[in-house]
Amino acid sequence: MKINVRYFAILREQSGRAAESLDTTASTPAGLYVELQQKYSFTVPLHAVRSSVNAEFVDDDTVLSEGDEVVFVPPVAGG
Amino acid sequence: MSFRLTSEEIDPPVLELLGAGGFVEFTGRVRDHNEGHVVLALEYEAFGDLAVKVGNELVEESKSKFGLLEAHVLHRIGLLHLGETAVWIGVAAAHRKAAFAGCEYIIDELKKRVPIWKKEHYTDGESKWIGCDGQEMSHESA
Repeated sequence: MKINVRYFAILREQSGRAAESLDTTASTPAGLYVELQQKYSFTVPLHAVRSSVNAEFVDDDTVLSEGDEVVFVPPVAGG
Repeated sequence: MSFRLTSEEIDPPVLELLGAGGFVEFTGRVRDHNEGHVVLALEYEAFGDLAVKVGNELVEESKSKFGLLEAHVLHRIGLLHLGETAVWIGVAAAHRKAAFAGCEYIIDELKKRVPIWKKEHYTDGESKWIGCDGQEMSHESA
């Protein structure tokens, strides 16, 4: 399944890219994060990221669909 | 839209509303130190689409929770130098108590919910995303 992923902040720096389109066997954001964490050695644990699909926060066991845009939101620090 | 991100210098609007007796504004600026480090600059990055959505939900929620007549948030993104305004919040309510409480609620919740990240650049050449690795609590900037 083809999924579009965008990266921000620490995850953008650790992956070395702002976005990518990738083929994955993962069916949920949690599964996809674990896959990407191995690939890019993300230091942020799964429990600390919030998953978003198509610019909406979702549970990390939500079922992904072909072409979804996934963003993993690490702990925020605005203001 | 009452929650806005901007890469330009923040120039706060003047709130005017005849039905409001209490106006409270909060300005968060870039401070020269944090956690024992001397800070040179701050870099803010946002997931724009979601930040605006979550920010506007927060503004609407705060208006109904505190009975605010108006509430506006301007948040800067990009590289900011010392003394520059990172965030401005302006609220108006019939009475002061609601205005103070609503303004504080918005900045507190913004820091927890809105997908904006902050990287501190220090004088020793180091830099760090604040609280972003999930290994520690995030820190106050202002």
